[in-house]
Amino acid sequence: MSEMKYHNNFLKEVEERVEEGHMVKMCMQCGVCSGSCPFGPHWAHPPQELFMMIRAGKREEVLSSDSMWMCTSCYQCIVRCPRKLPITHIMHGLAYLAKREGLAPKGQPTAEFGQMFWDNLTKDGRVNELKLSLSLYFKDGFGQGVKNAMAMQSVGMGLMKAGRLNPMEILGGHKIKDKSGFHAMLKKAREIEDARRKLA
Amino acid sequence: MTEVVATNQTILVVGGGISGMTAALEAAECGKDVVLVEKNPVLGGRVSQLYRYFPKMCHPVCGLEINQRRTKMNPRIRVLTMAEVTGISGQKGDYTATVKISPRYVNENCTACGECAKAAETDIDDAFNYNLGKVKAAFLPHKMAYPQRYVVAPSVVGTPEGDKIKAACKYGAIDFGMQEETLQLKAGAIVWATGWKPYDAAKIQPYGYDRFSNVITNVEFERLADPHGPTGGKILRPSDGKEAKNVAFIQCAGSRDENHLRHCSRFCCTASLKQTQYVREKFGDEAQSTVYYIDIRAIDRFEDFYAKVRADQSVKFVKSKVAKIVQDEKTGDVVLHGVDTEGYHRYANTHDLVVLAVGMDPEVQGAQVPAEVAADASGFLVSGDANGGIFGAGCATNALDVNRAVQSATASALRAIQVINKVASVEG
Repeated sequence: MSEMKYHNNFLKEVEERVEEGHMVKMCMQCGVCSGSCPFGPHWAHPPQELFMMIRAGKREEVLSSDSMWMCTSCYQCIVRCPRKLPITHIMHGLAYLAKREGLAPKGQPTAEFGQMFWDNLTKDGRVNELKLSLSLYFKDGFGQGVKNAMAMQSVGMGLMKAGRLNPMEILGGHKIKDKSGFHAMLKKAREIEDARRKLA
Repeated sequence: MTEVVATNQTILVVGGGISGMTAALEAAECGKDVVLVEKNPVLGGRVSQLYRYFPKMCHPVCGLEINQRRTKMNPRIRVLTMAEVTGISGQKGDYTATVKISPRYVNENCTACGECAKAAETDIDDAFNYNLGKVKAAFLPHKMAYPQRYVVAPSVVGTPEGDKIKAACKYGAIDFGMQEETLQLKAGAIVWATGWKPYDAAKIQPYGYDRFSNVITNVEFERLADPHGPTGGKILRPSDGKEAKNVAFIQCAGSRDENHLRHCSRFCCTASLKQTQYVREKFGDEAQSTVYYIDIRAIDRFEDFYAKVRADQSVKFVKSKVAKIVQDEKTGDVVLHGVDTEGYHRYANTHDLVVLAVGMDPEVQGAQVPAEVAADASGFLVSGDANGGIFGAGCATNALDVNRAVQSATASALRAIQVINKVASVEG
């Protein structure tokens, strides 16, 4: 434990760099969020513990935790929190900070899928569901990808029959009209957010 | 028709609980005329429904008896029961209050012999025991009732049962001719001491007070422990009447919660500590109490009491706000789910009975007081010049324990006396 690094200004950092992070200090450690979380038993750290770790300045431990990536946004914690902390939002904010700082756990499925979704969406301004599914199936290599695709075959066929999945999307797919304008907007939005959150 | 003599030199005290009684007595014993108005058929309020006081574990009936005697002996206090103040007009030094008096159907001839109750057949909810039991339609609210006079429920008026009740009374005390009355009373100052009510536990959805029979409130637990309560002082759980030796206490049930009561109700921590000692008293070494808490707020000298309870082997403390309660339909046992703060351990603990330490809600919200008075976000009265000659007392002003409520009542009596003295100096 002697190598553990404490950053006494980590709470300040969270207040500045995480959306609604200023509410972390309002936590009174009652634990009703942790007890109410349907995913609770499967996390490294329940929200209440994560908030205490933030205050204790355990920066690396917090940002490399898998907890915030496990949040399913059910909002049970927000509903029950006696101090009305926006716990779900803080979880997502912490996950984003962790990713930008390169501390998110490697190979965390939610993190990986999030990146895939973002790349897929921002490329042409539309989500190409066929390509998104394929990139998810094949993320762990070709062999596993074929297995995944075979397992999901009937679902894919059903979607195709119902007209919900177009196989021709593999050839480029549909796009928005002003792609360059869309990319310029995203770039600007990111600049603004990065400046505000000191993420650049 | 009820005759009441009241002038601009009279102090009107609204609410006959421990605070209202105290304010009325303090003012009357200083030589002021007092009208004490109480909504229920008897004085004493919620204090009379307690089994014991903290921290000395003495019986509230003791102090209540003294206050009742002081009230009875003092000719300056006029007590109106089953009476509600519905309107207040005028200003400091010159108020007129409208008081609605509901019929009791029993007059002052009553000797409390109890023959009417024997003649009654219908059972009605026993409000004194928080509806945990039943009483006959002709009843004495509780053993130490003041005034010591029976009440007949309106539901039997004009029925053959009502006739039987009337016939059973040897003293001509049953009077079905009584009607609802409305009086106009003068007063120079008003002490508003309408007290508190337990927060509606059914609103705390994950605790299932409205779904699970073995989830009860702290005020109901007082009645279970009291020898004059519905179980004769045995701690029996509602689902199957089994002795509840393993009892969980959940603190901040509603209090300190933005979704329920914003304030800390102050008394509930010490009250639960006290109630663990009821379990200890009834079951000895077999007793098991577990207190689930955010932090124990045993204010000032109650710290000693906390330390004493903490040393009791039968009492465990779990630092955690319980997330959810489930009652096993077959066994009736209740399971508490949550994560503790000392190590973040996930638990699912089984208990015989759960007691929710519900907080204090003002019995009458500030906005419902029929006069211009200032109140805070929780509905408690706030003192200030804008209130004129109306002074809040006791739990109408804040979540207080009995000791602090009495202090508050004495203070309000002094303020009311000052107003009356001013009126007297002008009127001569």
